Amino acid sequence: MNIYVLLKKTFDTEEKIVVSNGRIEDDGAEFIINPYDEYAVEEAIKQRDEHGGEVTVITIGDEDSEKQLRTALAMGADKAVLINTEDDLEEGDQFTTTKILEAFFEDKEVDLILAGNVAIDEASGQVGPRLAERLGINYVTTITNLEIDGDTAKIDKDVEGDVEKIETSLPLLVTCQQGLNEPRYPSLPGIMKAKKKPLDKLEIDDLDLDEDELEPKTKTVDIFLPPEKEAGRVLEGEIDSQVKELVSLLRNEAKVL
Amino acid sequence: MSEKILVIGESRDGVLRNVTFEAIGAAKKINSNAEVIGVLCGTDDLNSQAQEMIYYGADRVVTVSNEKLATYTSDGYGQAVLAVVEDENPDAIVMGHTAIGKDLTPKLASKLESGLISDAVDINLVGDQVVFTRPIYSGKAFENKIITEGLLFATIRPNNIPALDRDDSRSGEVQEKTVDISDLRTVIKEVLRKASEGVDLSEAKVVVAGGRGVKSADGFKPLYELADVLGGAVGASRGACDADYCDYSLQIGQTGKVVTPDLYIAVGISGAIQHLAGMSNSKVIVAINKDPEANIFNVADYGIVGDLFEVIPILIEEVKNLKVNA
Repeated sequence: MNIYVLLKKTFDTEEKIVVSNGRIEDDGAEFIINPYDEYAVEEAIKQRDEHGGEVTVITIGDEDSEKQLRTALAMGADKAVLINTEDDLEEGDQFTTTKILEAFFEDKEVDLILAGNVAIDEASGQVGPRLAERLGINYVTTITNLEIDGDTAKIDKDVEGDVEKIETSLPLLVTCQQGLNEPRYPSLPGIMKAKKKPLDKLEIDDLDLDEDELEPKTKTVDIFLPPEKEAGRVLEGEIDSQVKELVSLLRNEAKVL
Repeated sequence: MSEKILVIGESRDGVLRNVTFEAIGAAKKINSNAEVIGVLCGTDDLNSQAQEMIYYGADRVVTVSNEKLATYTSDGYGQAVLAVVEDENPDAIVMGHTAIGKDLTPKLASKLESGLISDAVDINLVGDQVVFTRPIYSGKAFENKIITEGLLFATIRPNNIPALDRDDSRSGEVQEKTVDISDLRTVIKEVLRKASEGVDLSEAKVVVAGGRGVKSADGFKPLYELADVLGGAVGASRGACDADYCDYSLQIGQTGKVVTPDLYIAVGISGAIQHLAGMSNSKVIVAINKDPEANIFNVADYGIVGDLFEVIPILIEEVKNLKVNA
């Protein structure tokens, strides 16, 4: 099977967000593989181990994105592709990202594409379904189980807590939800091997694309932090009277009961 | 200006979801003079749902009824909604940012080669420009975003943009549209109901969330009871999910759901930064925790330091008393 994983690097979830001049400050921030994309990498490796084939991990990013790709290779992916847009693209959005990926996949034989169901930074969750539509392949989002048998895929899909049992066919794009698997940590031998695995570096020029086609459809005009939440009141006294006071405050002061 | 705005409606168990009415409210915020056209897909008679959309501000509603639309699939609904979009050629489309909205709208946007702003929590006009506000980094920050070219397309987060008041004196046309839907390539064999009956976590006005302090799956029972008397839903921290006290679908935080209810009650939750990202924009936060140093108290409006198993039963009784006296 030809298996592809769409991967994005994101801020470590521990990071506090700092905004300056209407932009997120990323100097010195720690980056990780988007947690939902880790499920995608793990699932790709499992499916390959079961059905054979090859796992290629792709990211669109900058020079530094190599680090997350090497981590995916250390987990067990076979190949990686870094599409470096640092010098060519001022701004992009999900439309742009999809265009680039569509161009990348144009000459590829695809059986299965996996992605996270959402990235924890921008959190639009658009790129997976958008790409599937461009490639004319089936897609299922927020999956929690995947069984492939020949050309048939049996899938559990999380729908706000309910589970849909879905049957569809390859080629297929899925986006991964928590609960799908437990991503492995890269082993030491894995990390050593990853250094020698192929990592292709491409730029927009290497794909059959005009920069005009990549003009985003949306634009961020401002970024700001929510108002700082101030610590409120910790109630005192006997538990009984604290609870009574709480209910009264919720009703009369906060007006939410 | 957007003169014609399509609102894609969504129902659960035959009842329109509240976010559909909020989406009509959002359409009116984009342009209060626009013609708002509801779209409904399904198998049954959709007329009464269409009437509800009209009572909440839609000017007319297009319904597509087809046996292939019994359950939502991106394939089936995609074909149906696209047919309506082609007929109407709207200037804007709004839908709820729900499981279906998240699944369907990127497909439509890709097909229409349009931009799409997902998960808007506010919409404002700045001059002629429609500015959408949406959370990023799970609500650690916000961005204001515009669509620079073509169709205005957005999904809105439940519970943030108010619906208009229901007015059953309003009337409007309901048009049944027939769409030939080709064979579905994705088939739903079965739906296993695991989510608690009634209130959906992302739409709930009240959320009672438990953490590691709840100690076991059994320990969640009083939380369910409290949520029940408050008409809310139960959520959980990652710690509680990892420990198997509850299903991952209940997880609130940077991974998991982001919720903004009117009232968030954090029970036995320490308040890791990842959890705060998922709930700190709730309107009122109550923390109940044994540890007075717990970080959750730094974002709580009201805190009780104490044993949750002692506090929650009293709280349930007090809320019940309140409801009886009200």
